[in-house]
Amino acid sequence: MSAESSYYVPEQSKLPLFTATAMGVLSIGAARWAGGLGGPAIFFVGLAMLVAVMYTWWSIVVKENMQGLVNHQLKHSYVISMLWFIFSEVMFFAAFFGALFYIRVFALSWLGGEAAIGWFDDTPTGPAVANNELLYPGFKDEWPVMITPDQAANGDAAQFIGPEQNMSWPGFANLLTWLPLWNTIVLITSSVTVHFAHTALKNDNRQGFIRWLAVTVLLGVFFLFLQVEEYIHAYTELGLTLESGIYGTTFYMLTGFHGAHVTMGTVMLLIALLRGLKGHFNKDDQFGFEAASWYWHFVDVVWVGLFLFVYVLG
Amino acid sequence: MAHGPAKGIGRWLFTTNHKDIGTLYLWFSFAMFLLGGFFAMVIRAELFQPGMQLIRPEFFNQMTTMHGVIMVFGAIMPAFVGLANWMIPLMIGAPDMALPRMNNLSFWILPFAFLTLASTLFMEGGAPNFGWTFYAPLSTKYAPESVNYFIFSMHIMGASSIMGSINIIATIMNMRAPGMTYMKMPLFVWTWLITAFLLVAVMPVLAGAVTMMLMDINFGTSFFDAAGGGDPVLFQHIFWFFGHPEVYIIILPAFGVVSAIIPAFSRKPLFGYASMVYATAAIAFLSFIVWAHHMFTVGMPIAGELYFMYATMLIAVPTGVKVFNWVTTMYKGALTFETPMLFCIAFVILFTFGGFTGLMLSVAAADIQYHDSYFVVAHFHYVMVAGAVFSGTAAVYYWLPKWCGKMYNETMGQVQFWIAFIGFNITFMPQHFLGLAGMPRRYADYGLQFADWNMVSSIGAFMYGAAQLLFLYNVIATIRNGKPVSDNKVWEGAEGLEWEVPTPAPYHTFATPPQIK
Ligand SMILES: [Cu+2]
Repeated sequence: MSAESSYYVPEQSKLPLFTATAMGVLSIGAARWAGGLGGPAIFFVGLAMLVAVMYTWWSIVVKENMQGLVNHQLKHSYVISMLWFIFSEVMFFAAFFGALFYIRVFALSWLGGEAAIGWFDDTPTGPAVANNELLYPGFKDEWPVMITPDQAANGDAAQFIGPEQNMSWPGFANLLTWLPLWNTIVLITSSVTVHFAHTALKNDNRQGFIRWLAVTVLLGVFFLFLQVEEYIHAYTELGLTLESGIYGTTFYMLTGFHGAHVTMGTVMLLIALLRGLKGHFNKDDQFGFEAASWYWHFVDVVWVGLFLFVYVLG
Repeated sequence: MAHGPAKGIGRWLFTTNHKDIGTLYLWFSFAMFLLGGFFAMVIRAELFQPGMQLIRPEFFNQMTTMHGVIMVFGAIMPAFVGLANWMIPLMIGAPDMALPRMNNLSFWILPFAFLTLASTLFMEGGAPNFGWTFYAPLSTKYAPESVNYFIFSMHIMGASSIMGSINIIATIMNMRAPGMTYMKMPLFVWTWLITAFLLVAVMPVLAGAVTMMLMDINFGTSFFDAAGGGDPVLFQHIFWFFGHPEVYIIILPAFGVVSAIIPAFSRKPLFGYASMVYATAAIAFLSFIVWAHHMFTVGMPIAGELYFMYATMLIAVPTGVKVFNWVTTMYKGALTFETPMLFCIAFVILFTFGGFTGLMLSVAAADIQYHDSYFVVAHFHYVMVAGAVFSGTAAVYYWLPKWCGKMYNETMGQVQFWIAFIGFNITFMPQHFLGLAGMPRRYADYGLQFADWNMVSSIGAFMYGAAQLLFLYNVIATIRNGKPVSDNKVWEGAEGLEWEVPTPAPYHTFATPPQIK
């Protein structure tokens, strides 16, 4: 079949059913493990199944591409699907950013006894003050929340104890020792290097492509390393945990999901790199790499949002 | 790919064929419909008389929850995805869906998701009991242990929806036959394009909501706990940001079906095609900015109440455009009243009725009275059942001859219609009165003053349930012994590419795309 032949409709395939089975096992295992109803064994079995079946599936897709089964129109289907997939990821993060904004603008000012419209009008009204005094007397609306409502009302008996320190803007004097700034520099640099790799590939400069892509993967790994360092620091030295109230909650969930996506993106780029070393891409056929690079840019943009709203204005 | 289907069970397990996958979706959704319907029968049996007769109140809560979740995510949504699978490639002249293997994956996730969900009924502490809207803290702090299974089955179900929707979008954007411009696409394709967009936009938000629940329940976060600085109301905002578009996800494909069937039996082209497209897009846009109309009693600032009230009322405008167009399509048409048409006319009338009660509910000041009463239950069942389910039934009667090459028995179809139509109205019309008289929803028992209408409602529900068994019988009887049809065009007034392929539709169609003039 030539590249411009009719649209490739694959024959029967066992992959989808196996993937669905793996997802089923994975989710049952996750539910058991998360809920403390059983150990992690089923979860990891499901995960291994999923990795194995996805590896097989993608290998087959790559092979079909090498065989020339993927015509121009099918490639376009891949492009559309990838872009909409990234859009769905954007909406996933939107839920968490939305939660952060809602908490900061509305929920906390109400808990703190300010009037009903939060930032727009924070004059304490009678009912608002009563709200504060009856529910969590002594709680003050501040961000980051260092003293949780629970703590303000119940002292040391509280379930949620706020952090000792937070991750926010340290002032210009301490800027250069502020880890999030370096994280930002690393990630933005990686977005530039992946762009260089792309340009190199389009110019048929294969060596440049491999080199820049390898640099990008390393930067991704370095970012993850810094992130882990930050978490260890926060957990052990700053008293900032998932349990330290809404600040710890939003901080870890936003940066955590971002980190998970960086991990996925790094794996995608690594696979593109390995395929590149095998000579898979050229200037007309590079979707596997391009998709990974789009994803990488997306992850980068999310980080910029995080840097602004979780760290700088945090 | 000129050959036919594979032999044996492998055909269904490993298929990549859009028609097979459509069939799988349709049968799966019907099975879920019967399961969710059975739960509804349990609910109505318990409510037949005041007092507790059959089940315990805890179990009643599990029934309302499981009924809602299974009907929304297991029955109605997959039913329309099944129709999309079958019809979209046929309607746009494509050889198959854009990504056939992913298509099969989207389907096979569902049995795992819903088996997991259904199995919670047998777990210690019982199934989820917090309502299909699973508000925190009912679904977090006070949830049964099985909530984790609920969360992960929602997760993979959502993954299935997202993959299915991306597939539909890619198919419509990329696989149209030459000459099939966007504004020549049948309305069913248009409504599905917009629905798929809504799904890709809001299913991840639902995933976010259940993830936050998971973290709050098991890992000590405080998204929905004011003690840590969170807010249970936040859950409602996130849920309804998903939930309101969700109701359009359910009803837009129904609009598409009705827009195909009414012209066929009026023997006139659809009135105002372009305005239908724009109205659909407008409804989809508005659906993102009205969510808090479900939360008028939660204690929002007055500015919020007013904004969400007015924005919600705006939706009546594009919806009105649609109803007007359907009615005008019928006006001066050469009408005949076969089963699909009967269901569609009932749809137009009853959906409009449900729309009007929706308008009543959108008035914030009035909603404080109606909120969480049976009036709301009646309202959304007029939209979900007489809207989505009626149009789904119409679609099956309309396209079944094309799918299997056999004609259903018209008398039996009409008998089913009348039992369903009358049973539906007996069930839900009295619930308006109950709600206005003050009966709250989701209770296992009620005051004596509500006894009469509840009994009427339960009788109607059993009637409506029986109509579904008749529907099942009709479909099976048609497939087995229906009168063969060989005309490409099963209905004389039907228009569209799907009627140009042979009947029954061959296993592979449009291997080379048709030319559209
Ligand atoms: Cu709504």
